This record gives sequence, C-alpha cells and structure tokens, in this order.
Amino acid sequence: MEMNALDVLNAMKNDEQPSTKRNEPEKEIPNNMTGDGKYKVLIENLAVAYNGKKAIKNINMKIPDKAVTALIGPSGCGKTTLLRTINRMHDLTKGAEVTGKIIIDGENVYDSYINPILQRRKIGMVFQKPNPFPTMSIWDNVAAGLKLNGVKDKSILNEIIEDSLKMAYLWDEVKDELKKPAVALSGGQQQRLCIARALAIQPEVLLMDEPASALDPIATQKIEQTIIELKKHYTIIIVTHNMQQALRVSDRTGFMYLGDLVEYDKTEKIFKNPEKELTANYVQGRFG
Amino acid sequence: MSRDLLAKKRNFHWDSIFKITATCAGAFVLLIIVLIFGQLMSDSWLIWEKEGLAFVTGDRWNPVEGREAFGALPYIAGTLVTSLIALCIAVPLSIGIAMFLSEIAPTRIREPISFVVELLAAVPSIIYGLWGLFTFRIVFKDWFESPTHEALGEHIFLFRDAPFGLDILTASVVLAIMIIPTISAVSREILLAVPAIQREAAYMLGATKWEVFRMSVLPYAKSGLIGASILGLGRAVGETMAVTMLIGNAVGPKAFPFGFFQQGNSLASIIANEFNEASPVSMYFPALIGLGLILLFVSLGINVCAHLIIRRVTNAHEGGIKGF
Repeated sequence: MEMNALDVLNAMKNDEQPSTKRNEPEKEIPNNMTGDGKYKVLIENLAVAYNGKKAIKNINMKIPDKAVTALIGPSGCGKTTLLRTINRMHDLTKGAEVTGKIIIDGENVYDSYINPILQRRKIGMVFQKPNPFPTMSIWDNVAAGLKLNGVKDKSILNEIIEDSLKMAYLWDEVKDELKKPAVALSGGQQQRLCIARALAIQPEVLLMDEPASALDPIATQKIEQTIIELKKHYTIIIVTHNMQQALRVSDRTGFMYLGDLVEYDKTEKIFKNPEKELTANYVQGRFG
Repeated sequence: MSRDLLAKKRNFHWDSIFKITATCAGAFVLLIIVLIFGQLMSDSWLIWEKEGLAFVTGDRWNPVEGREAFGALPYIAGTLVTSLIALCIAVPLSIGIAMFLSEIAPTRIREPISFVVELLAAVPSIIYGLWGLFTFRIVFKDWFESPTHEALGEHIFLFRDAPFGLDILTASVVLAIMIIPTISAVSREILLAVPAIQREAAYMLGATKWEVFRMSVLPYAKSGLIGASILGLGRAVGETMAVTMLIGNAVGPKAFPFGFFQQGNSLASIIANEFNEASPVSMYFPALIGLGLILLFVSLGINVCAHLIIRRVTNAHEGGIKGF
C-alpha cells in the first residue's frame, strides 16, 4: 500500500530530471558519524553575496545522511542564507549571487542543467513562522505539493496525506477534521501541518529555518520530538537561535559567525569541548 | 531633577486638543453626507411628490411644460450596464497588469510602468472624453463595431443597431480604459502585500511562478482584488464627462440599453447634458436633482454590496484572511 504511493512519486522524480549523476564514490564516514554513515549534502567553497556584499564566505561542510545538523550563531551570521542556498531559494532574491557547489547525492544543485523548480521538489522546507495556505483546508494544504506534482488519484492522495500527518505527529489531532481550514489550527499545529506538507512530496532533505521560534514551549517540545523522529528517515538541517534546542535535537552542530563557519563538529563536542574560543564564548552565552 | 519637577513638565492639554480636533474632523465627514443628502432631498421633493416611485420605474422623459413626464429607469439601467461592461473589460486587464508588475517585471521595469499606470489615473476625464470623441470612436466603429454588426447583427439582438460610434459600447470601453489605472494600481499594492512567506511556501513545493500565483498569491489576495474592482466600479458609476461625450445621449424609452451599438444615457450624463436647460421653477429641475439622488443611492448600494461580498469572501473560511 505505502509502496504504491511512494512508487508514484519516485517514478515521477526520475522522469522529470535525467539522472546524470557523477561517479563520485560514496564516502564512508569514520565511526564517529551518526545515521547510516553517509554524507547526504556536500557544501564546497560556498559563498553568497547580496548586491556585492558578502553574506557568507567560502563555506565547506559535509552533512550526514539521516541525522540532524544544526546551524547556530548570532543574528546576521548567515545561517539562514546558507540554509536557503540548499534549495535555491536565493534564485528568488534580487541581487543575490551564489558561488561554489552544493552537492546532493552527487549532483551539484547549482549546475546549469538543474532546474531549480524541480530541485525544490526534492527538498522540503519549513519556515520561521507557520505558513499554511490560509484559504485551504488541512487536507488541501498537505495535498498541495502532491497535486503540483501531478498526483490526482484520491486514494493515493489520502494515503500520502495520512502518512505525512502521522509523521509530523499531527494525525491524531486532526484526523476527524481534515476539511477544516488550516488557519483554524493553533500555531504549533500549523507548524506541524507545514512539516507534513513538506514531507508529503517525499523530500530527500528537510530544511528547517527556526521552526519553533514563533511557538510556545509546549508546541516547541512537540516540534522537537517530531524532528527527532523524522531523522530516522530524513536528512534534516535546522537553523536555530536556541542553543538548548540545538543540543536537544541535533547530532552535529555548525557555529557560524559573520559569514564564516567557525566550527563544525558533533553537537556534544561543540557544546562541551569546542576547539575555538569564539565558539566557547557563544555557546556559553557570553555573546549572541 | 526631582520627581516632582518631571511630573510638572508634563502638559496634558495637548491630549485633549488632539482629541477634540480629531473628533471634529471625523464629524465633518458625517456632516457633509447629511448636508448633501438633505439638499438633494429638498430640491427633488416636488418630483417625488408628483411621481412617487413611478419616477424610479418610469421610462418617459418629457420636460415640455404641460406635457411633463419624468422616469429614471433607462438612465439607471444605462449607468449599471455601462459600468458593468467597463468592469468586465477592465478587471481581467487590470489584474493582468498588476500580476505583471508584482510577479514578473524586473525592478528596473516595474517602477517606470507603475509610474505610468498612476499617471493614467491622473489624466482628467475630459481628456479621455475628447480622445474618445475625436479619435477612438471613429477607429472603434470602423475596426470593431461595423464588422461585428455586419457579421452578427442579424443573429444577435445585442449587435442589431447600426453602429454610429457614439453608443453604449464606446462609452463602456473608454470607461474601462479610465478605471484600469485605479484597479491595477490598487491590485498591484494588494499583490505586493502578500507576505513573501506565503509565496515561499508554494516555491518550496516546487511551484512555477504561475502555480505560486494560483495557489498562494491569488487566494490570499482575493478579497483585496474584489475590493479594488469595486473601487473601479464606483468610479465608473459616477463618471460623467467622458460618458456624456460618448454615450449618444438618447432620452426616454429608447435610451433603455438593449444593444451594444445603441445610443443611451446614464444618470450622470443626463444630468450633465440637461441641467443648464432646466428652470428651477418647473418640474424639470427637481427631476434632474432626483436623478442625482438616485445616483447617490446606486453608489451607496454598490458600496454596501462590496462590503458584503468582501465579508463573505473573507469569512468563507473560519478565521480566514482579514485583508482589505
């Protein structure tokens, strides 16, 4: 049953973009890695400038598969910019210029043959504030991405929607009122709905930009539980202002400052025994 | 400085002066509408006394003393028909312009074009009227009205009348051109006000620009766009000069708009055409003022409908967007 729905989507993805993957050897990660030990996203010499002003400079990062990677740092350090380069959201920002490579499964998403619209279908994103489509019902919100991708069969839709809502831990709260407007949900529920909407298109990577910053502690806790569950299946990159949150949910943490990736290591190491003094000062709350 | 000194420095008089001036300014609006309404009522009193509701439902128009007959229905219809035709032409075009300006145009082009659109809104209606009278109606008659009449005139009654250039359709088209700037300028603002995060939600799912517009921008902006259209309709209903010059100014039963190429008249245009002939002591003058009163009610009615429509659209979903 579940395979059926997944097959449809996977077949769709393969149809749309010819897989001209490079023959890059799968890199095995030494035993200090989490997840199944592979890197999902490789960021190489990435720099972003807005109208000539550098926002991030020459970042290199290897992001592990099926794990949560957190990006922390003070406001304006470039962490959200970095996140948005991964699904080419910066194509929409006027004056933004991206150089370098972001390689997902061996394909550079900035290669000229990559269509950013198709690329975004492979990457889910959850934003700072919950942004469900306000005139749509809960069901329609989750179905939106599937319909865009040409899934019309009602039973397949229902199945994927149920799976996605279950994965976002919202199903039990909304299963009897899927036709209710999405905006009738609470803020925390709306954010989990947005997670479900992103999961419905079966993304390979899930990007989260301070997903709990607009939520109260209880809703935040639910989102964090959801994130921890989701990493079994997805590669998650989360930007957060909340260091405790990074500590609670992530396996690896990158600390950014003024457009540089100052330090990137296992979360435990970053928080307990960082290499750089700047990192230590930040995680101990001496500035930020 | 002691605490007492600080407290003494405060002057609360300005607050009450502020309250009083603001309240006066607010009351001014009410005063104006009451005065206009009262004046129209008292000046048109005679015609209501004589004709009663038949003034609204009648279609004869004869100002000759002794044989006087006044009925407003053809002009009410003329006003509504020309305005609605204008709206049907103007709304799709205006939303197209607004879409281009907000979604597609690069910043370099967006600014100049937005400026031109606003400039068009500032062109006085007499200019549109002159252009319509001396240029547009001739071109329009030769290139659209005559061929359409020849092709469809025998089959569809709407195209039955032999086109002359000064008719319901010409007036409506020029009216449409006149309200396009208003509708598109307001629509553009409404589309630009859709939060980026709404657009990004759709982009994130892999939507194209059109899909983003359809699934994210349009539903969010819907009530605002309806509001913009009603604003245009309001302008069309009251528009006088250009319509007077182009509508053909028929009076009586034959002014009732039954075809596109027929001469008609609107409430505003018949007042503009005839007020200088009307003697204040006859029934003619009260009749024209009565038309003015009806026009005021038509405008009010449109505004009320607009509010109801917008409320229905915004409340279609519990807790929906309170946009406009």
